[in-house]
Amino acid sequence: MLAIVRADSVNFPLFVHVAGSMLLVGTLIAAVAALVLARSDGGGLQRLSFRTMLWGAIPTFIVMRGGAEWVKSEEHAPDDATWIGIGYGVSDLGLLLLIVATVLAGLTLRRANRGGRPGALAGVSAAIVSLMLLGYGIAIWAMTTKPD
Amino acid sequence: MSRYDWLLFLHVLAAFAAVGSVVVFTPVVLAARRGGGAAAGALRLTPLARRLWDVGGAGTLVLGVWLAVDVDQYDLLDGWVLSALVLWAVAAFAGVRLGQVLQGGDDAARANLLYAVTAAAVAALLVVMIFKPGA
Repeated sequence: MLAIVRADSVNFPLFVHVAGSMLLVGTLIAAVAALVLARSDGGGLQRLSFRTMLWGAIPTFIVMRGGAEWVKSEEHAPDDATWIGIGYGVSDLGLLLLIVATVLAGLTLRRANRGGRPGALAGVSAAIVSLMLLGYGIAIWAMTTKPD
Repeated sequence: MSRYDWLLFLHVLAAFAAVGSVVVFTPVVLAARRGGGAAAGALRLTPLARRLWDVGGAGTLVLGVWLAVDVDQYDLLDGWVLSALVLWAVAAFAGVRLGQVLQGGDDAARANLLYAVTAAAVAALLVVMIFKPGA
């Protein structure tokens, strides 16, 4: 019921956090879809996927994480709450996976620009982004239901 | 998990799908504006964006109304709920038409306008949902 009774001072930080999270998830959906479709399309969608991760997912990750820290400081939420632990865990691992997936998408694009086929790199990158989306689904559950 | 938890989780998840749809529409609209061979690839994302919009739009409306009816502190006639319903109607109309225009592959200028209306309505919806003005 926290969402119903939260203080006004939390609203703007929460807006930044939620907007960043939604844009992050949206960019990841676009990136993984472009990666999958690129198998039969080639360079255009691979470029789109790489740019979506580099110029979309990474900046929105920063907005999401910055907003999360801001909300936490305004709410004075306890560090040992399970839902905060889930959020930090998914976020920290998500950043690492995002960097790896972006690098792999970049290598796939470079290979495509040289006339090569996407190969396994595109598949691994798509699998990593899919895993991230699953993780963010769990984080959304934790943020909305706030398990103790 | 209580019924409120389930409703809120699924409502927020649907909102993520709706915003995700707008994000997926972005490169499609940009590609349609440029035209040429590169546009053909990006246009293949249109069906995904449309399905996300269908799921997100229906989910946010049904679960949002359910929440407003189920939670004692909310009422369907609250100003912020009514404004959200109006914004949802604007976003739903523009989003569905945007998908149709892009799938049809015609009139990039109209797609730009519909995209702008959809994105603005969704952004305004998020503001209303977070700030709940008048609640």
